[in-house]
Amino acid sequence: MTLLDLANPTKFLSLTARVLPWLAGATAIVLLIGLYQSAMAPDDYQQRATVKIMFIHVPNAWLSMFVWGVMSLSALGTLVWRHPLADVAAKAAAPIGAAFTFLALVTGSLWGKPMWGTYWEWDARLTSVLILFLMYLGLIALWRAVDDPSRAARAAAILTLVGALNLPIIKFSVDWWNTLHQPASVMRMGGPSLDKAFLIPLLVMAVGFSLLFVTLHLAAMRNEILRRRVRALQMMQASKPAA
Amino acid sequence: MTALAALIRRDIKIALRVGGGALIGVLFFLTVTVLMPFAIGPDLALLTRLGPAILWLGALLASLLTLDRLFTADHDDGSLDLIVMGRTPLELACAAKALAHWLAAGLPLVIATPVLGLLLNLDASATAAVALTLLVGTPALTFTGMIGAALAVTLHRGGLLLAVLVLPLSIPVLIFGVAASQAAISGPLSFGTPFSILCALSLVSFVIGPFAAAASLRHGLD
Repeated sequence: MTLLDLANPTKFLSLTARVLPWLAGATAIVLLIGLYQSAMAPDDYQQRATVKIMFIHVPNAWLSMFVWGVMSLSALGTLVWRHPLADVAAKAAAPIGAAFTFLALVTGSLWGKPMWGTYWEWDARLTSVLILFLMYLGLIALWRAVDDPSRAARAAAILTLVGALNLPIIKFSVDWWNTLHQPASVMRMGGPSLDKAFLIPLLVMAVGFSLLFVTLHLAAMRNEILRRRVRALQMMQASKPAA
Repeated sequence: MTALAALIRRDIKIALRVGGGALIGVLFFLTVTVLMPFAIGPDLALLTRLGPAILWLGALLASLLTLDRLFTADHDDGSLDLIVMGRTPLELACAAKALAHWLAAGLPLVIATPVLGLLLNLDASATAAVALTLLVGTPALTFTGMIGAALAVTLHRGGLLLAVLVLPLSIPVLIFGVAASQAAISGPLSFGTPFSILCALSLVSFVIGPFAAAASLRHGLD
């Protein structure tokens, strides 16, 4: 089974139909274990129970960037290899990535309120994640602005790749801007290394959320393929001369 | 080479003649700058502090406003198809079009800056700093904006979509443009560091912009 075999949407549909229940089950099990471990994790001596927001926040933040990577690979697939499923993958990934980014922002803001005393801080990390969220929304707007999927796919692929080139530059400039404006930041990430009691649940949750992404992504791709078939059938129906 | 020169000459001519609308950008720039004191208040000291940021925001919005014209007129009358099919590499043709667009719509913004600096109570050195950063930074805005313009023209959707796609990409230019101007006026940092990064951003956009715009035109126009 290679990537080329999957180019046939029917084969893709039948394969995913077999794989998806297992994936969904594995996701549920890993997430349940992760949630149990997170609930059982000890409170931080400084942050108390709020530290547990981390178990949701960090996997979402990591996926917010990972999904853009997936979309960039799909964009290459669209532009270079013209893989028929690449644009389906890219289109299906965008709203999921936006949702993960949004959750990362919301959980981060809820974590920020008790820790820093404010929901929003113009911290470098927060700002660049917010810009990432804006770029996801722009991409979704582009997908929704055009009714012809293959035309929208190529435009979105170019925008995704330009975004992938630009995101490191944006990250760098926001970091620079931030150190200029507030030298002593409230946030000290990566300062004290994580204790094992926190690290293991965090890794389990990261795996669980990654599985969740794969499951949702495959399901969304199936939906997109079926939606395109319905659209093609409707077009055929409409163009049929009235008998 | 002659083809590119002819393309640049033609684009500038069209932009400057009646209906070209290149100078509307400058008028918009002026209007936005005049609006700011109404929102902020006529406090001259405050305006001096915010001046570089206001000028940069105004220039960013003005260049965004004119971007729509980069490809749409040529697409409407069919000359864009000729450019795409021509023997000149499309990347170079895109770069030439962006250069012409900058000369007609971007450079006037830089020239107007000293006058607007007077309105915002900026002294001569501060105005010179802002004008210099705009001179280096506006080409980056045009060349990255060109990607959005090319996408918009292939999708037959301009306006708001273009703005939403282009604005996040111009954040680095805005950050370093304002930082360099502030550094020249008051900042603890030296002017050189942010200014050279701004130059670097422009140079990067000269490479990425034409290639991405050409790819988008080639894939999109069929």
